[in-house]
Amino acid sequence: MPRAQHDYDDIPGTFVFDAERSRQGYGINMFCMSLMKDENRKAFKANEAEYLKKFPLTPEQATAILNREYNRLLELGGNIYFTAKLGATDGHSFRHLAATMTGASQDDYAKMMLAGGRSVEGNRSKSGRDKAAPKSAKPKSAKPKAVKSKAVKSKSRAKSRSKARSKRG
Amino acid sequence: MARIIAGVASSHVPAIGAAIDNKQTGEPYWQRVFSGFEKSKQWMAETKPDVAIVVYNDHASAFSVEFVPTFALGCAAEFPPADEGWGPRPVPVVKGHPELAAHIAQSVILDEFDLTIVNKMEVDHGLTVPMNLLFGSPKEWPCPVIPLAVNVVLYPPPTGHRCYMLGRAIRRAVESFPEDLKVVIFGTGGMSHQISGPRAGLINSKFDKAYLDNLTKDPKKLARMEHLEYMREAGAEGIEMVMWLVMRGALDDKVDEVYRFYTVPASNTAVGHIILENRKGAAKGKAKAKSKSTPKIKRAAARATHRDVRRGK
Repeated sequence: MPRAQHDYDDIPGTFVFDAERSRQGYGINMFCMSLMKDENRKAFKANEAEYLKKFPLTPEQATAILNREYNRLLELGGNIYFTAKLGATDGHSFRHLAATMTGASQDDYAKMMLAGGRSVEGNRSKSGRDKAAPKSAKPKSAKPKAVKSKAVKSKSRAKSRSKARSKRG
Repeated sequence: MARIIAGVASSHVPAIGAAIDNKQTGEPYWQRVFSGFEKSKQWMAETKPDVAIVVYNDHASAFSVEFVPTFALGCAAEFPPADEGWGPRPVPVVKGHPELAAHIAQSVILDEFDLTIVNKMEVDHGLTVPMNLLFGSPKEWPCPVIPLAVNVVLYPPPTGHRCYMLGRAIRRAVESFPEDLKVVIFGTGGMSHQISGPRAGLINSKFDKAYLDNLTKDPKKLARMEHLEYMREAGAEGIEMVMWLVMRGALDDKVDEVYRFYTVPASNTAVGHIILENRKGAAKGKAKAKSKSTPKIKRAAARATHRDVRRGK
């Protein structure tokens, strides 16, 4: 049965983890949950394909896990708070995964965040059905207001630090 | 009687916890975030609540996808920090207030909010990061805490309106507890952020600012906001902000904004924080009349007139 369409499917670049995806992705998420135990992380790392046999996964779900296709995992029913445990098993932070999912380099993603993040302008709707952007709309690469000066000032130093920063972020 | 005197909203970004645990709070990137909470810690130290109710969400730590409670109230005597994949955070065990929690559960369920009661639960960064931001990093937390976990991971979370009304029910519950206790309620999570999919990194400062403004001025407007708008405007994970409305619902209609702070980014997220106090002098007599005179958002509240009977009082 094809996936029912919802109003939120109109949001670009977003896979909403709803009840349907939760049902479909139960195996992915329970596999990820198992990685909260160190012995399971080790067993998975020792033989990934073999370890995955313990979980009810479709072949495409298993492939997406083995290839670390994080967007595909969301599409197949994974949830970010669960797939982040797979990322953590590889030593990656939330921010690392977020950058990966956007297709940006780690450096470019970190820069975008320091400059105020991804603008909502032009990112609201696939179909353009949502309300028009307000007149004061900033360009896509707009920088934030209140925090801008501080963020920009500390940018260069923050950049060199970003690599050293904890991976938990 | 016990009473809720103030509400606090704060983001609960895990990287903030990591910065504390890894002693990076002095770095300029993190100073920008932590300096915004210095006044808040001072306010909290002066306010000295007897109990804190912390509305937060679990991030696949205590609850997997095996069962997903919409509202889960922690009634245990203590809640250890969860291992989120990096070892448990080195923060004190969170002590509960089982008597008040049980009282709230009983009162609120009879007020038609079908809570899940949790007697054993570990708590993750969603709860402990805001506690660090407001209480610092003491050896023991200065007051007992009642965790209220809200599902915002599996769509759909409860509506903003439902959260707001639950806040009202919690207030009624607290006010019918006989012991004289000062309670502060926390709403956590947000503000705008998206950490999943190709749209990750989304931040909407304009939305966030309006949200902070309306939290004081027009919370009922926020309570009417649909999930789609949160996700479109504030990012897929920005929907966490519905939890702030539980906090807001537990306060008076008229509140004073004591303090606010906003900065972008902490990791992937816009950090927002606000402290609201019930307007002094206006609270007491008014609060009683109020449960009858909050007509626009009725439903469960409409039945509140019977609640004392049903509680067996």
